[in-house]
Amino acid sequence: MSNLSLLERFQSNRHALGYAFMVPAALLLIGLLAYPLGLGTWLGFTDAKIGRPGEWIGLENFSYLLTDSVFLLSVFNTLFYTIVASIFKFLLGLWLALLLNKNLPFQSFFRAVVLLPWIVPTALSAIAFWWLYDSQFSVLSWTLVKLGLIDTYIDFLGEPWLARMSVIIANVWRGIPFVAISLLAGLQTISPSYYEAASIDGATPWQQFRYITMPLLTPIIAVVMTFSVLFTFTDFQLIYVLTRGGPLNATHLMATLAFQRAIPGGSMGEGAAIATMMVPLLLAAIMFSYFGLQRRAWQQGADK
Amino acid sequence: MSKQNNNGMEFLTSLPRRWVTIYIPLILMLVILLFPFYWMGMTAFKPNEELLSKAGNPFWLINPTLAHFKKLLFNTSYPAWLLNTVIVSVCSTFISLFTSVLAAYAIERLRFKGAKVAGMVIFFAYLVPPSIIFIPLASIVYQYGLFDTRMALILTYPTFLVPFCTWLLMGYFRTIPFELEECAMIDGASRWQILTRIILPLAVPGLISAGIFAFTLSWNEFIYALTFVSSSEIKTVPVGVITELVEGDVYHWGALMAGALLGSLPVAFVYSFFVEYYVSGMTGSVKE
Repeated sequence: MSNLSLLERFQSNRHALGYAFMVPAALLLIGLLAYPLGLGTWLGFTDAKIGRPGEWIGLENFSYLLTDSVFLLSVFNTLFYTIVASIFKFLLGLWLALLLNKNLPFQSFFRAVVLLPWIVPTALSAIAFWWLYDSQFSVLSWTLVKLGLIDTYIDFLGEPWLARMSVIIANVWRGIPFVAISLLAGLQTISPSYYEAASIDGATPWQQFRYITMPLLTPIIAVVMTFSVLFTFTDFQLIYVLTRGGPLNATHLMATLAFQRAIPGGSMGEGAAIATMMVPLLLAAIMFSYFGLQRRAWQQGADK
Repeated sequence: MSKQNNNGMEFLTSLPRRWVTIYIPLILMLVILLFPFYWMGMTAFKPNEELLSKAGNPFWLINPTLAHFKKLLFNTSYPAWLLNTVIVSVCSTFISLFTSVLAAYAIERLRFKGAKVAGMVIFFAYLVPPSIIFIPLASIVYQYGLFDTRMALILTYPTFLVPFCTWLLMGYFRTIPFELEECAMIDGASRWQILTRIILPLAVPGLISAGIFAFTLSWNEFIYALTFVSSSEIKTVPVGVITELVEGDVYHWGALMAGALLGSLPVAFVYSFFVEYYVSGMTGSVKE
């Protein structure tokens, strides 16, 4: 009998029950998320190879990487990829959101269709891009040749800058739906009465966009773009499928380089060091996009 | 846009103007967003002779064929990959939902000491990207003898699913009035009864959103599946298509596209039934 009452007491104590309910999540997140995060940092300071635990070698991996031109190139590529792709995703996504927000027939159908690139497995849609970028059978080249704009087929993934732009286009294609649909949800929370009042006062469409839409949308833009930057910065699949980092490492991102060094290359320590070095850069990128945009919201709120 | 339009109300803008500023850009964007899928479909049904000839119009196909699908289903391990992907996605979705429901209920409703902190930790866990921790995870998976098993994927996928689902469900539970719980408590219901008889039935839309998200995210997962699994019969569809269908420099484009199409259909199918849940889940989690 006392056993039952103990159970009852346990069930009615919300603190005890709360901790009990947290156990599965805590086990999972500590064992398979927090612990690996710490282990990864530690591995970065060792010379671990696949199948062999490493020994502490201090900052050797990091000091080697800082002199490694391939690593430095991958840092540049990652920043370039993130910045350019995020800007285009934002501009095109915002534009698409504004277009979808007009009173259209079949609006929910459009919204459903627009999200397709986002929900389809990236690795699989990347294969479609691979085929579109093929050096011999690309339909893009075919069209351009037929239109008389070029004479020879373009080797989209064969030259460094062309390859960088090609993978960015594929990434933007995949990222637009997320930005557009999230911003559309934000736009729909803005009360139409603001626009009516502005029209009556004679505001132009541009003024309405600049002084009503933008200030009210900025907090959501900050969150959406922070996530977009996070996804882009840590992108792996698209590059792995399209170029594996080539040509001449021109499209290697830090994530793909870490994979290449650690798994096929076998140098777990070095790969982990690259992944660890992503963390401060990633935090800086997130801070920049989140607080940068938040500050603008505050200024816009303040200057009127 | 610079033209002065004093009466900015939309219904008064003329039809041709609406075409130039709205319909044409919208249609162009839709065409670009959907073209890769059209191209996937075209290629998947196109016979090899047509694929490799530069004569004729590549945008259309003359003799549709199922040869690529036949090759895919009977001469490769594709059916096994499909089955693996289904098993892994379904199992990790259920594990994540179970874990997230408990965690979200505890944080949002039991409000145990430290619940606020736990909520923050969950949010930060969501921000940890798989491409930063896959290397140490690989060594953990190896240590526990899980390397090259489905279990490795079933256990690691929840690490990115649980934070997201918990966050989403917390938002959902918040909308359920406290009074309902209080009434049940007065009637003598235990916390567990309240959770299973009152909260969960009311949170079904939230559960569906979280479930669809977890399912599509695990179906689409790539880096863990690429790293933790090496034998062909355990691979998932995205990894199998990328690593096994490409033989040297000979690309079987037809089969590759057929594989991509077949691998995309299940998520597209699930998604098409629950678009509204998906959109509300996505936008809801962003807005909070």
